Amino acid sequence: MKHDEKAEVLENREFAAGYRYLVVSAPRQAAEMQPGQFVHVRVPTLERSALRRPFSVFNAGDGKVTVLYKTVGRGTEALSKVKAGEFVNMEGPLGKGFPLSCKGTAFLVGGGFGVAPLYFLARRLPKSILFVGGRTKDDLLALDRFAEIGVEARIATNDGSAGEKGFVTGPLDAAINEFRAKGEEFELFTCGPDGLLRAVTERALELKVPGWISVDRHMICGMGACFACIQKTVRGNSRCCIEGPVFKAEELVW
Amino acid sequence: MVNMEVELGALKMRTPVATASGTFGYGYEYADLIDYSKLGAVTAKGVRMEAWPGNPMPRHCEVEGGLVNAIGLQGQGVKHFLERDMFLYSRVVKDPVPVIVNIWGQSEEEYAEVAAAVSAAAHPLIGALEMNVSCPNVKAGGHTFGQDPKVLESVVAKVRAATKLPLIVKLAPNVPSIVPYIRACENGGADALSLINTIPAMVIDIERRVPVLANRSGGLSGRAIHPAAVKLVYDAHRATKLPILAMGGVYEAKDAIEFMLAGATAVAIGTATFSAPDTAAKVCDGIAAYCERHGFAAAKELTGAICES
Ligand SMILES: Cc1cc2nc3c(=O)[nH]c(=O)nc-3n(C[C@H](O)[C@H](O)[C@H](O)COP(=O)(O)OP(=O)(O)OC[C@H]3O[C@@H](n4cnc5c(N)ncnc54)[C@H](O)[C@@H]3O)c2cc1C
Ligand SMILES: Cc1cc2nc3c(=O)[nH]c(=O)nc-3n(C[C@H](O)[C@H](O)[C@H](O)COP(=O)(O)O)c2cc1C
Ligand code: FES
Repeated sequence: MKHDEKAEVLENREFAAGYRYLVVSAPRQAAEMQPGQFVHVRVPTLERSALRRPFSVFNAGDGKVTVLYKTVGRGTEALSKVKAGEFVNMEGPLGKGFPLSCKGTAFLVGGGFGVAPLYFLARRLPKSILFVGGRTKDDLLALDRFAEIGVEARIATNDGSAGEKGFVTGPLDAAINEFRAKGEEFELFTCGPDGLLRAVTERALELKVPGWISVDRHMICGMGACFACIQKTVRGNSRCCIEGPVFKAEELVW
Repeated sequence: MVNMEVELGALKMRTPVATASGTFGYGYEYADLIDYSKLGAVTAKGVRMEAWPGNPMPRHCEVEGGLVNAIGLQGQGVKHFLERDMFLYSRVVKDPVPVIVNIWGQSEEEYAEVAAAVSAAAHPLIGALEMNVSCPNVKAGGHTFGQDPKVLESVVAKVRAATKLPLIVKLAPNVPSIVPYIRACENGGADALSLINTIPAMVIDIERRVPVLANRSGGLSGRAIHPAAVKLVYDAHRATKLPILAMGGVYEAKDAIEFMLAGATAVAIGTATFSAPDTAAKVCDGIAAYCERHGFAAAKELTGAICES
């Protein structure tokens, strides 16, 4: 069931330049939230006609919902000024999340704030490896949090400032080859920029392994009511907010 | 207790508050967050005979005071609507209200065919038809029928002949005078008017020097269009006895009461639902409180109750 909770802000902490964790008290959503689902946040200081902002859930439980967000425009800028003790209206859980079972190891492939839902997922799956890329080491988010829960991270940066130099598909392809040589099973889960999503989709289809792709589209309602958030799929124009954001690789048409 | 019931032609509404087409899916998507007891009707998203893919992405852009959209009437066609969406509406919504089915077509004949198909279904929860002749986002199937009074009268008459359901015509706001269009609706046999649809609008990305919407332009809705809508409702009410369903930037009870004083029988909430799904319920409560405060025994007494010297 979807809720619209007046959620008290418990924390809104900058953990890296331009990136924050927003932790709110939203007991009903926290209890029902699944990895890959998202929330729709009304930024309290924006004008009344402003749309809500969608964010993946980074973690949920104990009555709290955490979001990891990047300040990119006027909504997230205004959100970054909200203080603990203030309230935000938050709708959730929204959308279809990731499956909670996985044959073999889960390969979590993230870029930018796309690691957010992958962290929540990693907490629910028995065995996963994080593949993460960025331009420089500053684009690699929440690695400490993944380490805390014992998830190994394989890293690539364009400038070589962390991990191997190049794209995240480098370490990903290496792991794919390694697992296939050993005959070990894995599935692909990804969230990030479209280029990354396409690269992972292609690999899932080529290797015939399950691929779960979380697609980010601009939204109006977040409820399936307006048809703003379209991704082409084998069914036609699908709404990311309700038929996704997580799609199966074979559903997507790029 | 204020009597909140109103009649939009033959459509009986338990409150004067509805939802606007295209902003409330097929009536059930927001179900978890909506108190339907505060609603008088819901309006479904525009439907035509066959499926329609809608416009390319991006389809909208937030602006201060509202939203510019060019969704382009995506839908699965009238059969799917009647079989699946109406089924889901009746199953998901515990305390349902009548559905106003918003229809469009690419020809006059298609409008009539859709109307006939909806009528033939005889679904107990379908309360009225709303003809969209004013969508700025689809070339054939909107404006073309709403921008020429002769064409408008002809298409309204064809739909009238195809259905006994209460027939509402949703007019375009961007005309020099609304009066000839109202006459066309009257002559064609409409039972009520909807005012207003979105206002044609455009947003340009100045860094990339390209239109933001893939469709280049779209329709402006939300707070920014409210005063323009009040003026059109006022003009329309003075020109006709047809009841009016008013929409355009209703965010709080004050906005709805303005519409009613200007001549609306009922109001519909569109863009405001996106940021606050409880808008309709709050507007309904606010209208009741206003009636009590000003000594109106029934909400319907507000219609046209503006004081003028
Ligand atoms: C399902 C989903 C999950 C997301 N998860 C996260 C997350 O975990 N962390 C995070 O930092 N960001 C996430 N985003 C992106 C986030 O919604 C945008 O960064 C945010 O809306 C930007 O708002 P703004 O006002 O600061 O930017 P502006 O550019 O000023 O916003 C203008 C409009 O565009 C929309 N918009 C701008 N960028 C995006 C975008 N990338 N995606 C969707 N809408 C956008 C805004 O919502 C707003 O309506 C997610 C988006 C989606 C759709
Ligand atoms: C996203 C969106 C989609 C819409 N789709 C339709 C539609 O399919 N048919 C129609 O007649 N009007 C459509 N409209 C217009 C609304 O029903 C309404 O007339 C208009 O938005 C003004 O009301 P508002 O300011 O409260 O949103 C749409 C509006 C929006 C914002
Ligand atoms: S955002 Fe409205 S349908 Fe997805």
